[in-house]
Amino acid sequence: MATIHVDGRPFEVDERHNLLQACLSLGLDLPYFCWHPALGSVGACRQCAVIQYRDADDDRGSLVMACMTPAAEGTRIAVEAPEARDFRRGVIEWLMVNHPHDCPVCEEGGHCHLQDMTVMTGHARRHYRFTKRTHRNQYLGPFLGHEMNRCISCYRCVRFYRDHAGGEDLGVFGANDNLYFGRHREGVLESPFAGNLSEVCPTGVFTDRPPDGRYTRRWDLQFAPSVCHQCAVGCNISPGERYGELRRVENRYHGEINRYFLCDRGRYGYGYVNRADRPRLPEWREARGEAAMTLEVDAALDRGADRLRGARRVIGVGSPRASLESNHRLHELVGAEHFCLGVTRAAADGLATMARLQRQSGLPSPSLRDIESHDAVLVLGEDPLNSAARLGLALRQAVLGRREELAAARGVPAWNAQAVQTLAQDRRHPLFVAYPAATGLDGLAEATWRLAPADIARLGAAVAHALDPTAPAVEGLEEELAEAAATIASGLGAAERPLVVSGDALASTAVLEAAGSVARALARRAKPGGLSLIRAEANATGVALLGGRPLEWALDEIEAGRADALVVLENDLHARLPHARLDHALARLTSLVVLDHQRTATWARADLGLPAASFAEGDGTLVNLEGRAQRFFQVFEPSFLRPETRIRESWRWLHALQGAIRRRRPEDTRLDAETRDCARHHPALAAITEAAAPADHRVQGLRLARAPHRYSGRTALRAHLGVAEPRPPADPDSPFAFSMEGYAGRRWPRRDIAFAWAPGWNSPQAWNKFTDEVGGHLRAGDPGVRLLDPVPGAYAYAHAPVLLSPFVRRDGEWLLVVLPRLFGGEETSRRAPLIAERASAPVLALAPEDAEAMGLAEGATLELVTAAGRVRLPLSCRAGLARGLVGVPAGVAPGLATGQWGRLRPVTPRRTP
Amino acid sequence: MSAAVYHSRLRQSAEERRAETHPLTWRLREDGELVGLAEYLDKDGYGAVREALAGDPEAVIATMKTANVRGRGGAGFSAGTKWGLTLTGGDLPRGYLVCNADEMEPGTFKDRLLMEQLPHLLIEGMILAGFANRSRQGYVFLRGEYRRAARALGQAIDEAREAGWLGGDIGGSGFDFDIALHTGAGRYICGEETALINSLEGRRANPRAKPPFPGQSGAWGKPTVVNNVETLCNVPGVLRHGADWYQGLSGGLSEDGGTKLFGVSGRVARPGLWELPMGTPAAELLDRAGGLAGGRDLKAWLPGGASTGFLLPEHLALALDFDTIGRAGSRLGTGLMTVVPDDQPMPALLRNLETFFARESCGWCTPCREGLPWTVRLLEALERGEGEPGDLERLESLARDLGPGRTFCAHAPGAAMPLESALTHFREEFEAGIARPAPRPVGEEG
Repeated sequence: MATIHVDGRPFEVDERHNLLQACLSLGLDLPYFCWHPALGSVGACRQCAVIQYRDADDDRGSLVMACMTPAAEGTRIAVEAPEARDFRRGVIEWLMVNHPHDCPVCEEGGHCHLQDMTVMTGHARRHYRFTKRTHRNQYLGPFLGHEMNRCISCYRCVRFYRDHAGGEDLGVFGANDNLYFGRHREGVLESPFAGNLSEVCPTGVFTDRPPDGRYTRRWDLQFAPSVCHQCAVGCNISPGERYGELRRVENRYHGEINRYFLCDRGRYGYGYVNRADRPRLPEWREARGEAAMTLEVDAALDRGADRLRGARRVIGVGSPRASLESNHRLHELVGAEHFCLGVTRAAADGLATMARLQRQSGLPSPSLRDIESHDAVLVLGEDPLNSAARLGLALRQAVLGRREELAAARGVPAWNAQAVQTLAQDRRHPLFVAYPAATGLDGLAEATWRLAPADIARLGAAVAHALDPTAPAVEGLEEELAEAAATIASGLGAAERPLVVSGDALASTAVLEAAGSVARALARRAKPGGLSLIRAEANATGVALLGGRPLEWALDEIEAGRADALVVLENDLHARLPHARLDHALARLTSLVVLDHQRTATWARADLGLPAASFAEGDGTLVNLEGRAQRFFQVFEPSFLRPETRIRESWRWLHALQGAIRRRRPEDTRLDAETRDCARHHPALAAITEAAAPADHRVQGLRLARAPHRYSGRTALRAHLGVAEPRPPADPDSPFAFSMEGYAGRRWPRRDIAFAWAPGWNSPQAWNKFTDEVGGHLRAGDPGVRLLDPVPGAYAYAHAPVLLSPFVRRDGEWLLVVLPRLFGGEETSRRAPLIAERASAPVLALAPEDAEAMGLAEGATLELVTAAGRVRLPLSCRAGLARGLVGVPAGVAPGLATGQWGRLRPVTPRRTP
Repeated sequence: MSAAVYHSRLRQSAEERRAETHPLTWRLREDGELVGLAEYLDKDGYGAVREALAGDPEAVIATMKTANVRGRGGAGFSAGTKWGLTLTGGDLPRGYLVCNADEMEPGTFKDRLLMEQLPHLLIEGMILAGFANRSRQGYVFLRGEYRRAARALGQAIDEAREAGWLGGDIGGSGFDFDIALHTGAGRYICGEETALINSLEGRRANPRAKPPFPGQSGAWGKPTVVNNVETLCNVPGVLRHGADWYQGLSGGLSEDGGTKLFGVSGRVARPGLWELPMGTPAAELLDRAGGLAGGRDLKAWLPGGASTGFLLPEHLALALDFDTIGRAGSRLGTGLMTVVPDDQPMPALLRNLETFFARESCGWCTPCREGLPWTVRLLEALERGEGEPGDLERLESLARDLGPGRTFCAHAPGAAMPLESALTHFREEFEAGIARPAPRPVGEEG
């Protein structure tokens, strides 16, 4: 720590910070543009000028940029000196020279950093009387609008896009006051993190393209602290609602997970919540194949209860995308021995393996923030940028972390972003990637291996053996793999904090066990490393801790006549199982009850469909891949604007259904009761009650506000329905009010923050007012509670030689590999129009050499036939795909699963030689 | 070849130029043609390299420090001190020596002369500087328009490499060093050493934040020394004849030693270049240029390029050296004087200069990027007589806010210096550009 003097007052600050970081961390207001807590300082905008004095006797001082000046012991500065204030006001005036002042029609208006800073510096009168320069704008894809005339040339966009996120198709062109920030040619921005530009840009150059032209000012949105449901990373989000629709998803700062950035699937994948075809009322089918009729709640529950009561045996199918509370309530409804996890056997095995390894490999599962401080990474059989994109971004920072180390050795502070980059050039921490296809991280990697899943497992096992000779050796290892294992082992062995990343992308427990073995070998060498295991779905980690059987078991039971009723929770079985067998089994049921918020193929076959709440309309708890239980809160009450709606959280439906089956008097339940019940029944989940504040939590006697205090038109929201003004909906489940009434401040620290706002700070930069230091942790602690930590013990290496046989190509047969896909590869976000627009066209991918050998040309239509069914798609020659494999993008062909073998048949004529 | 018309001209005869008094130019041919390797070797070429490489790099730096060769690019920082601050040794990689030959300062054409006619002197200086700084590779970052210099340098580098003065194990000394010629793409800012390095690396020519200085982390993150052409051309003489000799060259005219390539451009009788002792009075230089052409009187002069402040006729008595001109409120800059005759309107002249600076702003920092174009617009308005009350005050405040420490690099302060001085010395000319409100007819409402 260092003592600095700001306007004559002494403060304790972190001497590793620059003066801007120090001032902001102290809660002082100092305007800035080019600096960003995650991007460091470059001294471009000159907005954060202060006067620095040599010593106590110096009364003149000199103007310095706070962001480029270290917060060294004894530093004396004046923020409020007239010379500094005048200069800062002048800088804003310059920035405004070419700015169009179009705030009233600008999407950024109301959460614009430029507006905030303009007000802060007191620039209120424009002196420039000449013409402004103008630019043409570009089409940048479905997510972001582009309005270059608003640009103030802070360079943040390119620094985030290129330096932080590794994108290459956004740049700065031109010079002097004719700079252009855009693409060389207009087109879809390639980076999966492009959407962050809407928050990184301090003004309205890059803004979210409002879906369907429906746009709402930030102050008119109703928010709640939520957790992204589009993958298992568990990024914290603030979804904003107006008129019963989600209009925007903002990043919600979590000091250990996403901090400032989200991926585009998370930011723009919410569109399924707004779909017009969503079920909003219970639906009943008297007989299969008949059109559904809608029912009132009581009638629906009665009929459902009658059917289930009459069933011989009811199996409950849980869901890796539903909350713990909903899964638990279903678990209670049907009983543990009748509960199915809602995933295939291969997936269930993977989930169980991962949960075990997180406790028993000896290495902890790092948070995303912690991932960034590892200094060597092995990615074994995963494609993080597609299956857990935000984690992939963290891996990038880990590998680039060498920069700060090299800079520190030469006395260059970590915040001096350009100098750090210059000094390090392309020197990075080692990253090794073994995967069947090319991945987005390959460009950063020291070495990559494109291997079939079986060989990835063997490589991993060989790495473990090379690190620790007591780990079982891999027999008959090819020379290439032996060399690869030696390279990886020496890279990981030389690191202080090696990180192993794996996951269920390849649906291979052998790969996971191999990753676990590497982790164990590192743990035995007393390395404070980490093991990060990626699950594809939001609550896969949580539901695995609940425990249950795989889907195939449920089919077996139905086919054997041992079960005749199924209750399916938020799960499209048709996306997981081969349709023929599934439909055959469903047809044998006497009753099928489906709870979901989407009209899926499974919903379409339900006898009773109960309209479930999406994350936006309900509360619950998810466990992310790190093992952190996090609560998401209801954003809006759907019945307020659509009184006919009967949407309920699945746990609420199931609780009511349970009551109806037992012919109890109907009584409602509460989130806290459900969470407590879940925690009580499942020791592994005992801590989940601590994940967030209970419903009776109050700050200074107040509930917490969901809407900013400037929220307008509340009394007119329902004007089209009637002149009466009803009370805002009550929320028995959370401490939040459906209102701007309630506490929204920052004086009393809290973990559950619906939206960040502080006086003078209307943009997302307001998060800096809620953290203990800029880029640090929320002052009340980061939300959530960790459930999975290593349990001390002597654990043996996995020894499963049968799993370690090499991949052998088959003549005329192809090993199917489902490749995770950020856009279009996930069940719910795929239904969002923006994501559908961004998704790549479905293809069958082959190694170019294999396609060549078969005489097939790019684009030729191929038919893939497996035991699970057949699919016809165009051929895509994918350089880098391991030979002998056929790759299918996730979400393209339900029922097709990694590990199946299939035959390929060209449907169009072969290429003539 | 029409080069005789276009290449910069030394206005001193061979008799005047002697080895002991004109270390930069004594080898130049009377016909202005290229001095090739053979002729250069005949004229004591590479003698300093032969001597110095047998010794210690530290000794080279020590001699340079004692001689106090001040940077001829315009800043006047001691080359020896700069070399002494460059990180070497330990586990550090051998860095780079970069010759700043991006001569784009308006009114400046001195490096061009040296490179077009005497490229081996620069190469010899670079070998010595590379040796002193343990560099492995030298780069000449040459202004792209200097085609003739590019040809001459390219040819000379080939000759030197062929003859063993460049490449591995130079002259059996064990020191290896080579030079690559890089021609710029035409940005003034590339003359700023860190922008030059970025451009050399293939990046946008934006300056870098200092610290760290190039000596700590320069080209490709390695210790890098950037010196001006003329500075490097001084090195062989210093090492051949010693620091005392160098100090004596200025003959008591200045505390700084050595000679300087001075020049005059503008409406003078004989524009051109002269190698004169550091500290030569400005009046003598103007005399050598034959005074103003067409019987005009001198109104003002820029001592060393467009980014220096205007001085007045009364300042002609001053010695042309860094400190004297600095004390007079301007900068010596490149030492090539630009004269302003008495019939030249200052607003138009300033508009011309500031248009150049505004165009050449890299666009990185706000004051320079936005402030300079605003300055231009105001000057244009004043030039047209469409100025408004308050415009002069606005120009003054712009000039102040474009000053040192407020902008990212020295580009904008360089642009502010002539503006500030012109506003001080010729304020009435600018005031004349302010439109008088039209007299309002009596009885009409405003």
